[in-house]
Amino acid sequence: MSMDRKSFLKITGCAVAGAIAGGKLGGLVAGAEDAEYLPAPGALTARRWGMVVDTRKCRKQEGCKDCIRACHQAHNVPQIPDKTREVKWIWKEKFEHAFPSQETEYPNEELHGRQVLLLCNHCDDPPCVRVCPTQATWKREADGIVMMDWHRCIGCRYCIAACPYGSRSFNWGDPRPYIPKVRADYPTRTKGVVEKCTFCEERLARGEMPACVEACPEKALVFGDLADPNSEVRRLLRTEYTLRRKPELGTRPEVFYIL
Amino acid sequence: MRDRGWILLGLALFIALVTFPLWYNTALGVAPKQLQLEKAKGEACVYETAYMRQHHMDVLMEWREQVVRRGNHLVKVGGKTYEMSLTKTCLDCHRSKERFCDRCHDYAAVTPYCWDCHVSPEEAPVVAARARTADER
Amino acid sequence: MFMFEKAVVGSRRYWLWILGLFAVIGVGFLNYLRQLEVGLAITGLNRDVTWGLYIAQFTFLVGVAASAVMVVLPYYLHDWKVFSRVTILGEFLAISAVTMCMLFIFVDMGQPHRVMNVILHPTPHSIMFWDMVSLSGYLILNAVIALVTLSAERKGVAPPNWIKPVILLSIPWAISIHTVTAFLYNGLPGRSFWLTAILAPRFLASAFAAGPSLLILFCMLLRKLTWFDAGREPIRRLAVIVTYAMIVNVFFVLMEVFTVFYSGIPEHKLHFEYLFVGLDGHNSLVPWMWTSVILAVAALVLLIVPRWRRNDRILAVTCVIVFLSLWIDKGIGLIVGGFVPSPLGAITEYAPTLPEIAITLGVWAVGALIITVFYKITLSVRESLA
Repeated sequence: MSMDRKSFLKITGCAVAGAIAGGKLGGLVAGAEDAEYLPAPGALTARRWGMVVDTRKCRKQEGCKDCIRACHQAHNVPQIPDKTREVKWIWKEKFEHAFPSQETEYPNEELHGRQVLLLCNHCDDPPCVRVCPTQATWKREADGIVMMDWHRCIGCRYCIAACPYGSRSFNWGDPRPYIPKVRADYPTRTKGVVEKCTFCEERLARGEMPACVEACPEKALVFGDLADPNSEVRRLLRTEYTLRRKPELGTRPEVFYIL
Repeated sequence: MRDRGWILLGLALFIALVTFPLWYNTALGVAPKQLQLEKAKGEACVYETAYMRQHHMDVLMEWREQVVRRGNHLVKVGGKTYEMSLTKTCLDCHRSKERFCDRCHDYAAVTPYCWDCHVSPEEAPVVAARARTADER
Repeated sequence: MFMFEKAVVGSRRYWLWILGLFAVIGVGFLNYLRQLEVGLAITGLNRDVTWGLYIAQFTFLVGVAASAVMVVLPYYLHDWKVFSRVTILGEFLAISAVTMCMLFIFVDMGQPHRVMNVILHPTPHSIMFWDMVSLSGYLILNAVIALVTLSAERKGVAPPNWIKPVILLSIPWAISIHTVTAFLYNGLPGRSFWLTAILAPRFLASAFAAGPSLLILFCMLLRKLTWFDAGREPIRRLAVIVTYAMIVNVFFVLMEVFTVFYSGIPEHKLHFEYLFVGLDGHNSLVPWMWTSVILAVAALVLLIVPRWRRNDRILAVTCVIVFLSLWIDKGIGLIVGGFVPSPLGAITEYAPTLPEIAITLGVWAVGALIITVFYKITLSVRESLA
């Protein structure tokens, strides 16, 4: 046999690589060709979903957490006791933390310390989407929702570093032991993935408004199509003075606040 | 190649070791395990059973892509329309994840990670109970 | 294959060292298995500080990897013959450092088995994607260059002509890996600490000080432990490179300090205040940062005075000081400092846990193992030629 060790290794290496590649290609049998995929018929649609949070109304019920509870129950969000590792899609934060540049050394007694409702801003130019290396988070072209694909997230946490609003949470461990009432019609997450508010895209597909909007006893959360001049959100933006969080960063949040 | 004898002996030993479970079981006359799967509730699956047996994972991957990334929630196959949902549509006929999915996956020695996140209705109370005990701790 | 047979014969001391490295790797690996099981909850990371020791090591080591260019460029572009014996040491250092970088990224992932998603769904608008491209490209370039030149050396022939353009390509590529790594951080709108155009130049300057320092130490170590003597001249020239790079690095840091404090913009200032004086009583990094500053000043003095720089004993100490100072600056302060305070003004401190440190040491041990094996091969080849 005149084959030396080097060429033997080369040939067997190629053969193994070929077998693996062949096996992979062989597995890709095109099936289900006759399937036709359709959007849900009764879905709520918009060209640009957005929200206006009226903190005047929100404030009426001191300590109310109905929206937070509704959201977290609807999405199997774990209630993690360790505050430094909690997962939250929607939460309350002091005014001066939500709007740091609005704070002065002569605090307005009505605004200072007021609890403001925070959630993902579904930015028009989202930095989290820009940095994600796998497109596990992306902006939906149809309606502007910044979506998450938990199947694809590799848990690099680059999006958390990129988000200027603290809207993203990471699952440092298995979240399941901290979900008090797990529901089967929505997935939980697993350890090692990032999660956040999705504007209830699964409810919109069923023709329902977001859980937080529906749960608010004061109707302080108004959800609608920013691209439609006749929508309720646009009416509020026309008539009220509203703020966005950190507008100077150019992310163009689609959640607006009436103070 | 002066080591030919050794190499062949090594190869033979390796093959013998790797195939040990096969001929060991044959020698002992162990009957192959029978797989008992729960019968589905419905008449017919979305695709034919033979196709599903081989390709259900591909179908689920396609559904996942359609629902999560393309915003499509329904699939029309052969005139019938289904909601593309593992826990709602699939588990509606295959009532028991444990006696259908798990049993076959165990048999085939595969561990898909679907259930790391998706919760079957029968398992939801179990997960919740576990959460409560963790809470009390 | 690749002359690896030369790495499996060695003295008792060699094998003890290898065994020791394997022990550290083993402990790290066991801890990593636990991290796979439990998740990143075993680390000290939290909601606000989401990157820590792992990513900081990655950032630091990209610099070490890039610094190989400081021997490759003078040798191949300017024909500095004095570097003929050390160039390959630099290239193997780069291979080892890039491998550690990749391992640190890997151990930092929440879902490591999905790592191929980065390739299956390539995303050009993500800097992370380009970092993967540049790092793996750099690893391949250095592996090819080092092995081709070494096997030519063994056969006593000149390296093939086609390797020359590959070597030339590796020079800008080295710059690119650290530039892209800086871009990971300084393109993020809400993280003012990193939002500075000087980050990439600063990364490169600190890299060109830390990497060659390590190389000087390796040359001295090899002289002490083996028959191999790189010679005085390469060490002296490397020391000059370290001197300039360290001066430039400190200069860049001072420019940063001026911009931040003279402009007085709180969002930029708070991070520096956290690192150097502490915020609201949170000051766990303050001693580290001042240690880094004092070491940097000491290193500058020891490097700039020619008599001290040319003294091998003092130079060895200086190199250790440079390395430590920059490791603290980049391997701790730069990453953690960017997260405190958080964009919402929260001050959450971070300290690595024991398992996290064990995994980190394990990865460093892998790097040490790689460099040991490659240096051993190089020395064996050269010994048989001598």
